[in-house]
Amino acid sequence: MNLDFTPEDEAFREEVRTFLKEKLPKRLSDKVRTGQHLTKADMEEWHAILNERGWLANHWPVEWGGTGWSVMQRFIFETETAIFHAPRIVPFGLSMLAPVLIKYGTEEQCRHYLPRILDGTDWWCQGYSEPGAGSDLASLKTQAVREGDHYIVNGQKTWTTLGQHADWIFCLVRTSSEGKRQEGISFLLIDMKSPGIEVRPIKLLDGDYEVNEVFFTDVKVPVTNLVGEENQGWTYAKYLLTYERTNIAGVGASMELLDRLKDVARTTMRGGKPLAEDPFYAARLAKLEIDLENMKTTNLRVLDAAGAGHAPVAESSMLKIRGTEIRQEINDLMRRAAGRYAQPFVAEALEEGFNGEPVGPEWANPVASQYFNNRKLSIFGGSNEVQREIITKAVLGL
Amino acid sequence: MDFSIGEDRQMLVDTLSRYLADKADWKAREAALESEAGFDKDMWAGMAELGILGALFGEEAGGFGGSPFDIGVVFGEVGRGLPTGPFLATLLAGKLLEAAGDSETLGNVIAGASIATFAHHPAVGADGSVAPQATASGAGDSWTLSGAKGVVDYLGSADIVVVTAETGNGLGAFLVETGAAGVSVRDYPLVDGGAAGELTLDNAPARLLTGDSAAIDAALASGVVATAWEAAAVMEVLRDQTLEYLRTRKQFGIPIGKFQALQHRMATVALEIEQARSAAINAAANFDKGAAQRDRFGAAAMYTVGKVGRLVAEEAIQMHGGIGMTWELPLSHYAKRLTMLGHVMGDEDEHLARFIELGAQETNRAA
Repeated sequence: MNLDFTPEDEAFREEVRTFLKEKLPKRLSDKVRTGQHLTKADMEEWHAILNERGWLANHWPVEWGGTGWSVMQRFIFETETAIFHAPRIVPFGLSMLAPVLIKYGTEEQCRHYLPRILDGTDWWCQGYSEPGAGSDLASLKTQAVREGDHYIVNGQKTWTTLGQHADWIFCLVRTSSEGKRQEGISFLLIDMKSPGIEVRPIKLLDGDYEVNEVFFTDVKVPVTNLVGEENQGWTYAKYLLTYERTNIAGVGASMELLDRLKDVARTTMRGGKPLAEDPFYAARLAKLEIDLENMKTTNLRVLDAAGAGHAPVAESSMLKIRGTEIRQEINDLMRRAAGRYAQPFVAEALEEGFNGEPVGPEWANPVASQYFNNRKLSIFGGSNEVQREIITKAVLGL
Repeated sequence: MDFSIGEDRQMLVDTLSRYLADKADWKAREAALESEAGFDKDMWAGMAELGILGALFGEEAGGFGGSPFDIGVVFGEVGRGLPTGPFLATLLAGKLLEAAGDSETLGNVIAGASIATFAHHPAVGADGSVAPQATASGAGDSWTLSGAKGVVDYLGSADIVVVTAETGNGLGAFLVETGAAGVSVRDYPLVDGGAAGELTLDNAPARLLTGDSAAIDAALASGVVATAWEAAAVMEVLRDQTLEYLRTRKQFGIPIGKFQALQHRMATVALEIEQARSAAINAAANFDKGAAQRDRFGAAAMYTVGKVGRLVAEEAIQMHGGIGMTWELPLSHYAKRLTMLGHVMGDEDEHLARFIELGAQETNRAA
């Protein structure tokens, strides 16, 4: 066994670093580092920079514009971009829809949609959850009824992340109520400009708007927008969720945040000494670091197996659970480090161009709201309870 | 042994509960959060008119209560109703006015004619540096204060601030008018609603309230009791709302509360909340049994509030799923408040260390 990266991997890491040093705009990395909000234009700007280099869709097959990177190279890329505070790649089109189209879509669909994802023409969002179908996704009710060359769609989706920016939505819709619930679901691509679609923002507990409700009233969708076969959408949905969960582990981002947390612990005084020397805080920090080190290797083992062609279904559930728990623990320790200064919250300071003085330590303003906002991590993408069900059944055979 | 709060306190609880249900409903809370002051000044004036604030102080000082259990039940209702406002600020400042025998100033605060707050912790700078302890110079009736204090509750709305400062002879408490020369205030909102501010004093005129640092410790200890009772009440609200959701939200064709994975977690939440309630009772019951015992049970209560508070807030949101993340649902506001209650009087680790330290002192004394 040898856990060292190969010289080729190390050379690749250097290549990524050089690229980031040269091409990542400081304006963007500053926003990410300080927890400021990224606008749609910010995210598109970073996508365009990556696309120019050919690295945006790094996990796609080469024939569609992918890089042909090994899973290890993808891991290195993810880690380095996080360390350099690059914006996160918006996953909906690139990481969720595209793999489904490539595996189950028609050649024509791929030719039409994939280049538009790459060049930023289309911003995609995800239409999975409904008010009555959260963890129990298969109970979804949004209905698509075939009429000639079209489906007529009626129903409601919710928790649609960044749907306010979207040109298109990929939706799970019910096309049959016969047989098992999972067998009557289809995967449909819907133009957000279609008449009969209404998007309503949902205000989250930290005051932010990032998720929406999407209502469909007699929305006409051409049958050519069906992906794969009618009533087979559940298979595609599960395939997509596996992708979502692998990305959700966020090891690179957690590594970067842990470094920042350690800096904070060194410079924050509590009772006359640095927090890093407080035995209780130091113990919390140490346990977190150990967990993350273990997680890194667990992640690499999963990636290694995936590289060998093994589909990471149950393993991706494990990554999702522990990856999100680690991230939430980091947020918790940041909040604790802020002490009484966890309370002040100047929302304007999260917007670009804020000129005011920070309140208390310069890093403290967003930490409580980030802690609250990231409670979502253990809820979305299939709640951690659902992930445990998957592990129980698929790995443990119980 | 008697665990009932007694008839008089029950009447107080009923009055406050009705008043808050009427004047501090969800719509009023939204408006208060949007306002610059961070709280509803009419609600505050009305509450003072009802005499509620008098329950926090003894008869000699112009109040009609002031025992730790009186304080506990008032803050319990504050937790249940979740109004924003200078409740803790009034208690902490008021306790020092009470200790100084300044019933005239305190009378104005109790009557709602004057808003008071308490500035104790040094400000922290952008680079993490902690401001030196504020200093007082002068004698008799003529003092000036210099220094910087951080996260002072509702400072922007306060008429007067009780400020702690080093007198050269230990820590003293001083009264400063916010409109006086040499006083500057920077106001800001808080993440769980309400407002606070940074206070900078540059030779600001001040009146000495007490040079006895034990009075400051006692005021802080009353703040601990208040926070423990408020937190226990918020936990109970979160428990009840979550139980209701577990009973009514259906997935996979049955209420999610039928899933054993959630049942056992909810049982743990309920158990821990009872422990937190007991910790709050302990803090109040030991308040008058000497500073060492008072502070040991206070530290135990704050440790428990921090530990259990995190569990309850996180589980309440998690068991609600996405809807628990929304602003629209009161639950998320209770969860935020509960989390921040683990910050206002110091966090779980700080109080665990304090508990150990006080225990060691006790052992040394016995030896």
